[in-house]
Amino acid sequence: MTLALTIEVLIQGLLNGLVYGLMALGLSVIFGVVRVVNFAHGEFAVLAMYTAFMAATYLHLDPFIALAPIAALFFVIGYVLQKTIVAKFIDRPDHQQFILLIGLAIVIVNVMLLVSGPDARHVNLSYAYDAYFLGPVLVDKTRVLAAGGALTVAAALFAFFRFSMTGVAIRACADNPTGAAVVGLDVRRLYALTFGLGLACCGAAGALLVTIADPTPTLAPAFTLLAFTIVIIGGLGSMPGALLGGVVIGVAEALASLVVAPSMKSMVSFGLLVVILVLRPRGLMGRSAS
Amino acid sequence: MLRVEALDLDHGDARALTGVSIEAPRGEIVAIVGANGAGKTSLIRAIAGMHKPTAGRILFKDVDITGWSSDRVCDLGLGQVAEGRQVFPTLSVRDNLLMGAMVPRARARRVANLERMYAMFSRLRERDRQLAGTLSGGEQQMLAIARCLMSEPELVMFDEPSLGLSPALVLQVLDIIRTLNREGLTCLLVEQNVVASLKLASSAYVLENGVIALAGASADLMADDRVRKAYMGI
Repeated sequence: MTLALTIEVLIQGLLNGLVYGLMALGLSVIFGVVRVVNFAHGEFAVLAMYTAFMAATYLHLDPFIALAPIAALFFVIGYVLQKTIVAKFIDRPDHQQFILLIGLAIVIVNVMLLVSGPDARHVNLSYAYDAYFLGPVLVDKTRVLAAGGALTVAAALFAFFRFSMTGVAIRACADNPTGAAVVGLDVRRLYALTFGLGLACCGAAGALLVTIADPTPTLAPAFTLLAFTIVIIGGLGSMPGALLGGVVIGVAEALASLVVAPSMKSMVSFGLLVVILVLRPRGLMGRSAS
Repeated sequence: MLRVEALDLDHGDARALTGVSIEAPRGEIVAIVGANGAGKTSLIRAIAGMHKPTAGRILFKDVDITGWSSDRVCDLGLGQVAEGRQVFPTLSVRDNLLMGAMVPRARARRVANLERMYAMFSRLRERDRQLAGTLSGGEQQMLAIARCLMSEPELVMFDEPSLGLSPALVLQVLDIIRTLNREGLTCLLVEQNVVASLKLASSAYVLENGVIALAGASADLMADDRVRKAYMGI
């Protein structure tokens, strides 16, 4: 194992991790504001991968260009889903919310199986094998583009929450839902916007992921679990934490498959999850309960 | 201006309010007094659209607002300074205030109103960029009042505005309410501080176990033996 190879794998893990982080960011935003755990998160991400695959195959749209319309489509799906169905479950016990979203996840996976079958779908990109050379270190172009896309979308989301009045209002809802109702904020609309933004992250991440991985329906539950792991490691409800968690998991899995064995990489990420839960139950960037 | 007619409210299986009728005429301060758990906050929240009443009507400016959502009620000019202040702890003082002006009726004038609030509460201007959670209790109460005024309300319901404040600050808060009222704001005042609120108000209602037990002009209530015994410790 050479140093160049190690660095290559580390960079690969870091770039993958940023894309995973964007997906997890959506989960974190939804939970942090609406207080609903989206058990169908990975399913939506894989659905977005299939959408990007279809856009590439039938409309000849490059995934990096299809990203914006797919994110917009998933925003609408999220908005409508929250407004019509999830809103009715907001005040219900947690387990009823879980059943609703797990049920939705099962439906999505089986629709994907029905439409596309169990086989992996591959998007052919003319630049799929392009790479940058940093001395002896080789970095895939698609991964660099995907990570750059993830960072751009995440930065746009940060800016929205920081600088727009609607973004601040969503943070106000997360901070104190009673206070939000007291000052006359339209909490139901803000929740729907938030769910829309969370799924837009899924949509964008799915369009990016299709350039570095091939979607299969069975990938979906694995992605849901991955998003949970990332968000818990990064800190539930913390937006930078989701990206950091994504990078930590990406790098850890890449290192594990190099040093131990590719089949052992999940063991490393879940091991990391256990260690974090023991040492820092609120995650790397989670806020304290007070 | 505000009229509540025979309002019933349930929290799950528990009855919170039964047949409550109150009236707050334009330009007056009306007090609602009662012990802890008598249903004062439930009444305020029902009027604000945060709880759905089981029966009865709520009229504000002759509009039937029964069953309206809280954002619509607020947009009609019915503001609330809630119990426990309910500021947004991780938002700056400025953002807290701006959130008060998100309702369509006041959104366009939010910058002018922010300046007006900073002129009225200079302490808040000093704390402009500070997170609301780091303010003292008194400052948070000022912030809650200013945030409510950002929506340019015509009637404000104050729920226990002096709770947890030092005696000097209590006087200051009551003074602010008196000043706002002189400037034309109609006030519905819920207070544990019965003597002070009766002195401030023109009329008052006594709420006991979710029922209006007594009502009348504040001066009459202050002279009433039952009120004196139960709430003034005399």
